[in-house]
Amino acid sequence: MSNLTREDILKLAQLARLELTEDEIAEYSSELSEILQYVEMLQAVDVGDLKPTNQVTGLTNITRDDVIKDYGYAIDDLRKNLPDQYEGQIKVKRMIG
Amino acid sequence: MSAWLPISEIARLVQTGELKAVDLVEQALATISEKQDYNAIIVTLEARARERAMAIDAQPTGRLAGVPFIAKDNFLVFGADTTAASNILRGFEAPYQATAIERLEAEGAICVAKANLDAFAHGSSTENSDFMTTKNPYDTSRVPGGSSGGSAAAVMLDMAPFALGTDTGGSIRLPASYCGAVGYKPTYGLVSRSGVVAMASSTDVIGPITKTVADAALVLDVMSGRDDLDGTTIDADPAGYAELEKSLAGKKVGVIKEYMAEGVAPEVKAQIEAAIATIKAAGAAVVEVSLPSLPSALAVYYIICPAEVSSNLSRYDGQRFGHSYADATSLEESYKKSRSTGFGKEAKRRIMIGTYVLSSGYYDAYYKKAQTVRTKLINEFNEALQSVDFLLGPTAPDIAFKIGENIDDPLKMYLTDILTVAANLVGVPSISIPAGTAHDMPVGLQIMAAQRHDRQLLGFAKEVEGLLV
Repeated sequence: MSNLTREDILKLAQLARLELTEDEIAEYSSELSEILQYVEMLQAVDVGDLKPTNQVTGLTNITRDDVIKDYGYAIDDLRKNLPDQYEGQIKVKRMIG
Repeated sequence: MSAWLPISEIARLVQTGELKAVDLVEQALATISEKQDYNAIIVTLEARARERAMAIDAQPTGRLAGVPFIAKDNFLVFGADTTAASNILRGFEAPYQATAIERLEAEGAICVAKANLDAFAHGSSTENSDFMTTKNPYDTSRVPGGSSGGSAAAVMLDMAPFALGTDTGGSIRLPASYCGAVGYKPTYGLVSRSGVVAMASSTDVIGPITKTVADAALVLDVMSGRDDLDGTTIDADPAGYAELEKSLAGKKVGVIKEYMAEGVAPEVKAQIEAAIATIKAAGAAVVEVSLPSLPSALAVYYIICPAEVSSNLSRYDGQRFGHSYADATSLEESYKKSRSTGFGKEAKRRIMIGTYVLSSGYYDAYYKKAQTVRTKLINEFNEALQSVDFLLGPTAPDIAFKIGENIDDPLKMYLTDILTVAANLVGVPSISIPAGTAHDMPVGLQIMAAQRHDRQLLGFAKEVEGLLV
């Protein structure tokens, strides 16, 4: 399965929270199909009973103590990129109609 | 010849007061301004750099005292704009900074500018930058490679003695190869990724682009090692990377059969073969090594990378930072409109592919299969690196291509990474060093070693570099 239909593209866009133009829909259906055809070659690779890789350097369970560490950042610096705020809090659009 | 002395020499002369950091910063800024038509630089940090230079001259200490450098614009530098060359981050001012920057500054280095890249580091040419395309210093009609194309061009244009890049599938080594620079991709986890805009977290690494191996080794030495802010970091070699030992005679080198096969331009292959003959004549044992799964590496990469990209880019939702679509009436609309108007074409393309391969019903066939073939590739590398010390081949199948040549064919663009992605998937260190020219354009020799053998790799590369001059 690697030829993506218009419906496939629209479903993916919805999952990814993207709105695509008609041009983008047409373009991505052919480009994505081509890319997926290329990666299809993996289906022919015999992997026997190998396990999927999760981490390449062998690290497991890197933890730290659950304590507050002061990195010296000013709260106003951390807030300055907020698109919208109300009394120091992140303001977003209405969620429930 | 470089306009800059070796980095260790610059720092030494600043420490003794024979060179002034303020003059070095002015030299860098003047060169950047003089060569702005190359589009290598997104923004200069003049005030910040001059202020730091004065402070360093007042107290000239540190192993990189007064050394100017350029960071790819996906590194957060405190108080400076960080765009990742994307419209969605236009105007974003870094509220904290990358550990790599922090460590370089602690040793006296001075960030003078931020370099252009393919937006979010997605690309091989800088043509995916939402702002501009960087030109290759050797031929302005050609691309510098990517995604760290601005960094590589800046170093070759003498804008600074070194630049930082990120390498997720070849983004340091490819532009180094195309521009005639040295590009170093460390072992996965050797340099903290904290404060660097994430692309594909399981393969992202940070490394230097320089004119010499010794410069790259010193910069790596300063940046490397564990960091509490990045749980994937590993310990640096206790011996460090700055003092490299001679290590060529008696070493066993494996020429990767699959990297010398069809698909590599004959002129590039000829340069690599000449380099191999030189290495052999200098006393290394050269054998041919086959890694049969290599032809699948790019397909593995173009499943895993977009999957991680789609996940990492989900944080750009227009609510906490970055571009936000002002006229939305609901939260859902705000997400969609902010992302759709903020992301460029390639980011959207990768988000779509990643969403597809991770979606229910396709996850096993694509993502899980790719991660399993990755295991096979890792096993083959491990086996090969038990019988040889280093693996070797070209960095790229061809010289830098013309601007515009691949822009309408994403798959063709992806294929430029075909020789570099394996090192990222496997996590091994890899370096690209200049090895002659083809059609008057630089050719890069790629050398890889086992994980955590960065010190050995740099020592070997330094000797090879000396032979190829």
